[in-house]
This record gives sequence, structure tokens and C-alpha cells, in this order.
Amino acid sequence: MSKKTKKTRQAAVTSAAEAGGTLAATAATPSAATTAAVAHAAPKKASAFAYAPAPESRAVVDIAPSYGLFIDGEFTEAAGGRVFKTVSPATEEVLSEVAQAGEADVDRAVKAARKAFASWSALPGAERAKYLFRIARIIQERSRELAVLETLDNGKPIRETRDADLPLVAAHFFYYAGWADKLDHAGYGADPRPLGVAGQVIPWNFPLLMLAWKIAPALATGNTVVLKPAETTPLSALFFADICRQAGLPRGVVNILPGYGDAGAALVAHPDVNKVAFTGSTAVGKQIARTVAGTRKKLTLELGGKGANIVFDDAPIDQAVEGVVNGIFFNQGQVCCAGSRLLVQESIHDELLDSLKRRLSTLRLGDPLDKNTDIGAINSAEQLARITSLVEQGEAEGAERWSAPCELPEDGYWFAPTLFTGVTQAHTVARDEIFGPVLSVLTFRTPDEAVAKANNTPYGLSAGIWTEKGSRILAVANKLRAGVVWSNTFNKFDPTSPFGGYKESGFGREGGRHGLEAYLDV
Amino acid sequence: MSSTAPTSPQPSPAPERGGVPTALSDVTASDSALRRFLHGLPGVDAVGLEARAASLGTRSIKTTAKAYAIDLAISMVDLTTLEGADTPGKVRALGAKAVRPDPSDRTAPATAAVCVYPDMVAAAKEAVAGSTVKVASVATAFPAGRAPLPVKLADVREAVAAGADEIDMVIDRGAFLAGNYRKVFDEITAVKEACGASARLKVIFETGELSTYDNIRRASWLGMLAGADFIKTSTGKVAVNATPANTLLMLEAVRDFRAQTGVQVGVKPAGGIRTTKDAVKFLVLVNETVGEDWLDNHWFRFGASSLLNDLLMQRQKLATGRYSGPDYVTVD
Repeated sequence: MSKKTKKTRQAAVTSAAEAGGTLAATAATPSAATTAAVAHAAPKKASAFAYAPAPESRAVVDIAPSYGLFIDGEFTEAAGGRVFKTVSPATEEVLSEVAQAGEADVDRAVKAARKAFASWSALPGAERAKYLFRIARIIQERSRELAVLETLDNGKPIRETRDADLPLVAAHFFYYAGWADKLDHAGYGADPRPLGVAGQVIPWNFPLLMLAWKIAPALATGNTVVLKPAETTPLSALFFADICRQAGLPRGVVNILPGYGDAGAALVAHPDVNKVAFTGSTAVGKQIARTVAGTRKKLTLELGGKGANIVFDDAPIDQAVEGVVNGIFFNQGQVCCAGSRLLVQESIHDELLDSLKRRLSTLRLGDPLDKNTDIGAINSAEQLARITSLVEQGEAEGAERWSAPCELPEDGYWFAPTLFTGVTQAHTVARDEIFGPVLSVLTFRTPDEAVAKANNTPYGLSAGIWTEKGSRILAVANKLRAGVVWSNTFNKFDPTSPFGGYKESGFGREGGRHGLEAYLDV
Repeated sequence: MSSTAPTSPQPSPAPERGGVPTALSDVTASDSALRRFLHGLPGVDAVGLEARAASLGTRSIKTTAKAYAIDLAISMVDLTTLEGADTPGKVRALGAKAVRPDPSDRTAPATAAVCVYPDMVAAAKEAVAGSTVKVASVATAFPAGRAPLPVKLADVREAVAAGADEIDMVIDRGAFLAGNYRKVFDEITAVKEACGASARLKVIFETGELSTYDNIRRASWLGMLAGADFIKTSTGKVAVNATPANTLLMLEAVRDFRAQTGVQVGVKPAGGIRTTKDAVKFLVLVNETVGEDWLDNHWFRFGASSLLNDLLMQRQKLATGRYSGPDYVTVD
């Protein structure tokens, strides 16, 4: 990082040998870095081929000192006049001050959306498609700006916003734009009708992508939208509001209400909302389900996960290691479908773990705007505290912790890529969603045991299978109770593919033809 | 699997090595043992391998890192001429360029070697005399390798006798594809013996003809077991030559081989690498797969001819801030 010289905060590293005896010694003792378990990597010496800083320019994005709520096509102050600050998690720098929506604002926004619904839903599908195509193109044109913005507000590396988030955002709008005039052929009968006003609450891990997953199908099917972005990442949604204006979208079709949980609760409870879509934690999802129960509101929930990545002994090892890394360290592990449990066949456990540790030692953690950064910042102090506490619990319960040897910047919220070995189904780190760069490694002996362990979780969002044997892929995939099963890859997304969960990971599907159903009166 | 546990391996300092490393001597004991071993290597998922190579290709190498990479790449070039029309004059010009790549800037490093046909070794040797530049000679009926073993060995001995420091042999792809691994193995060991103690042996697989990544991984292990000092992708004479993915795969192989045996083997992608941007991507692969132990022209080479001028132009651009142009580097 080019800014102030950081004092080294050495990540705590323990060896298998050390932790085998006692696990007390995991405090940040730099001497613990040199151990047998990380013999290849630690102590980390500066390579002769040290990459010079390659920061993406911040000049492409112009963040205003303050933003209002976006209601009925206008930016406006909150009724209560309240504001909150949004910070860059990598530096704790205040990026902007944003109006904080309350109950009165929710009511105003829902009224605007209701008013706009009559004419918006009456438009021919081909006309709605034009707006969506226009939005998609503007997103592509402004993708560099939006990528930098997202990286600043969220803390994720520019490599990911540039190569994953933004291309997928545009792809979702293009994809659902294509459906707008073909709804008759979507399998929901002739001339399926929209629901009305959709109240949507999205999380902070993929702010703009989750917005696209929610807004694109809603608009394509003829609904109008009130969307509440997460309080730590409101900016890209507000920039999207500007894009709606740029695209000439009629007033009130999209309303954006930055705010906290109270605004989300008010939106979900609002009597004139016809459809509720929520992505976030299972705890909040349950509250929403209780609120909505007994009403005519249609509900989809996309909640937490504890995805199992199953590696069989005939797996392509080097690619499996990449897939495991991508599965849990993509977006600092703050992914609902993260492969946070590695189920490895016992016969290749040591070999795979050695490869995995070697690979983790090459991950580059630091300035998210640097084009060579692999691991960015944790989104908030609150999330960092949650990760830290769960990791401490893992250690207290006797799992062996190993963290990649890397220097953590002094400012901002950071957590070194970490894995736990010696984990059993009984450990908290194997059961609770950590939502951070922490991998729990378990072993299995047979395919049946792998399936049993993979399914032994209250969640059921994602799973991965690594084997060179095609028949095993099909046999195991059929038995896994997870909404998405990846084989010999992980965390691959596409707008044509439905996404959603089993059990406490939620219900309803987003993406693909299936994603239309949630917004149609069928 | 303790066999692959990291053992803090020591790179073998001596360039010359012969015979199968003791840790793996049993796998070459018989044809069937060799086959079992090669077919027991973990498979390669093509999509995943290519995705990893592509993702490393997005690294942004700027300023000081770029200057380091360009000089390192120049020092790793095996400056090559392998034409039917090669003459002593052409080889002399090439040798002069290898010794002093940029006549306008004496700080530009020399290349690693010049690479020529066996009958040009003597001329090449003369051209680079007194410098650090090595003379590499292709041999064993390059590029097809379709000649009887005694002819191939005679080819090698001639080149070595003429002073070649390095021999770039081709494997018998026909035998490999027919499953006669032992035949390929025996040929490599025979060539290694013909190289004697003085010449390092580079084994060319012609990855474009082996076609699958599984084959490339097996060939890599076969070559290393048989005593290769270097494993090399291609001759440059077929449609598909060095790619980031096949080079990444070979780097993984030398990494794993060292972890198991303690013996370090070099890697040489050849053919199709023409720009500085490409070369830097390959160096990133080296850096992030096997690390700095291989960031040296004793362990990594580029088989290339036109690459050098692009490296020199980019080097001039970094030094002066201006692009020069093809008239400001030598055309040989």
C-alpha cells in the first residue's frame, strides 16, 4: 500500500505441531510464524520480483460529499433529516454522508412506486426492454467508474469488481431485458401479470450485483421497485439511481432508500407492498418471514449458507486447490454461497493441505484499488468483530488454526486468510456461517459419508464436487441438498442460471427463467 | 501421502545430473511400473488450468517491477535461428546480438544463449566466445525426431563435440502417444549420457502434438525422471507452441518434482512468445507458481527470436519515456 507506512501486524500463525499440544499460543506472536506447517512460505521474504504498486485511478469516480434518498425520480432529504456516514473499509476514510430513510420516507417511496406502477406495467414488454437495454449499456460504459466506486465503498479488490461484479451486473440487465417482451413464452401462461410494488432489501457483499439481481427481473416483468441497500454500502445504488435518470426511466419506477434495518423492516411491513425480496442473513430472513406471514405479499428469501466443497482422491489437485481458494476467499469469504467447509477425502488430506497452504501464502492482501490485490478489506468493523469472535471460538473448541503469513494494514478492517484443520461436525466453525475468509477443513472416507456430512447443516445453498470421474459427479450431485452444485469449479455465476437455497438458506430462485416467477402473479 | 510433503527441498546446485532420483527409482524399474506411475498422476482439469493461467495474466506489472522483468526476460532468452537457410554469417550476427542486444545501451544484459542447428554450433561458439552467452543446439533429428536412435545420438555427440553447452532434444512423440513410455525414457537417458558431464539437456515435448494436458503432465514427469535438466514446451515448428496454460502446468510439475526428489529442473517455453507483455505474463507464472528459485536464467528460458527486439524497445521506452521503433533495434 502506497499510503502511510504500515506498522506490521503479523497474522497469527500456528503450526499443527504447536496447536496439537495447546492452542493457547495463537496470539499474534511473530515468532509463531516460522513453523513446520508453513515451511515453504514463512518467514515471508521479499521476492526479487516484487510487484510495484499498480493502483487503479480514483479520478474516474466523483463522489459527492452528500447524497439524498432517491424517490419519484428526485434526490431528496430524509423526512427526519437524519444522515449517516459511509466509510471505505480499507482506510476508514469517510466517503460521503447519506440521507437515512425512516418510516415516513418508506411510505413516500412506496406511494411513488404505486403511482408509477399503473403506467409502467401497461407499457408493452418491448418498451420496458428498451429501458433495461439502455441501463445495461450505460452500466457497461460506466463500468470502470462503478468498479472503483464499489471497491471504495465495499473494500473488495478492484480485480473482482472489474472482472466479476460489473460484467455480471450488466449481463443481468441485458438478460432480463431480453425476457421483457417474451413473458408469454416463459411457461407461466399467456400474458402473466406483474405483482405491483416490490420492496427489496439487499446486502453489502455484492451491492450492485444484488441490486441487479433484484431490479432487473422486477422491471422486466412490469413491477416497480423500492430498494433499500445496506447501510455500509449505499453508494453504488445511488449511482444506479443516477443511471436510471440518465436512461430516462419514468419517475417512481425505481426508488432507492439508503438506511438501516429499521427502514428495511418498515419497507417489508408496508401494507401497499406486493412483493418482498430479501438477500441477507438467516436471522433477518426469519424476522421478515414472520412479518410477511398472513399477508398476501409474495416472498423470496436468499439467506446464509455453509457450502461444502467436496474433494475426492481422484480430483485434479492443482485445480481443486484453486477452486477451494476461489470458493472461500473470493470477496474475502463474504459470500452467502461460499465453500466455507472443505470436505477432503482423508487419503489425500495432507497432500491437499500442503498445496492449499502454499497457495494461500501467495495471496496478496492489501489496497483493494491495487490491480494486483487478491484479498481486500472486510466490509465493516462489525463484521470483522464477528469473524474474529467465531475464529476465537474455533480455537477455543480445539480446532487447529493456520493463517497465511501476510502483513495487515494498520488502518481499516482486515483479516488474514485462515483455515482450520482438525474440524468435526461438532465444531461451531463447521456449523455457523462465518461470512469471512475462514475455511474449515473436515475429512471423509467414502462418498456416502461425504454426502451425509455435506448435507448435515441447517443451510443448503451451494456445494462443490471435485473429481475426474464423471459418473461420481452425477451421483453425488443428485444427493446434495443445495441450490447450486458446482463441479470442478466454484463460485461461477451467470444470469441464465437460477440461484437459491434449500432449508434455512431460503426459498425462491433468482436468475434465469425461474427468476421471473418471483415477480409474476402466478 | 508423506511422499509429497514439503521437505524444504534444496535445489541441486550442480547442473549435471544423471539417473533417476533415488526417491523414485522404483517407478522406472519396469515398463508397467512406469506406466502405472504416469497414469497415477493427478488429472488436469483443462478449464481450471486455463482459468488460473488467464487470471495470473491480469497481473499489472509496472515501473520498477517492469524494468526488473524486462531485464530478467532478456537474460533468459535463448536467441534462436532454426532455418534451412541458416548460414555462418547469419549465426555470427545472431551471436553478436546475443552478446550485446542493444548496441545503443551497454547496460542491457546479454541473452542466456543462442540456439542453432548442430552444424552451426562451431560458428555460434566463435561468435559468442569470451561472453557469458551459452550455445544451445537442437539435436536428435529436430524437429520431428523421426530417425533411428543411433542417428539421434550421433547428432547429439557431434553438437557436443563442436562445443555445445546445451542440447535441446525432441522426444519421440509417436512412441509416447503409442504408450511406449519406456522407449521414450530410454531415449532420453541415452541422450543424457551422450551429453556427458558438460552439456545440459533440455527435453522438448512438442506439447502441441501431445495435445492433452494430462499428456503434458505425464511427459513432464517422464522427462524429469529420465534426467532432463530442463523441460521445454515446443519446437516452434507446429501450430500450437508455448501457452500460459501449458507452461503453468510444467511449472507445477517441476515444483512437485523438487518437493519429492529435491532435484530442481528448469522450464523453457518456446515458440509464439513475441511481445514483452507476453514474456512478463510468463514471468508472473514463474513467480507465483514456483517462486524466485526459478527466476534466473539457469532455471527458466524463453525460446524465441522476435521477442528480444520487443523487449529492447520496451526497455528503451522505460529508460527514455519515448517509444523508439524498429529502426532503433538491430534486425538480424
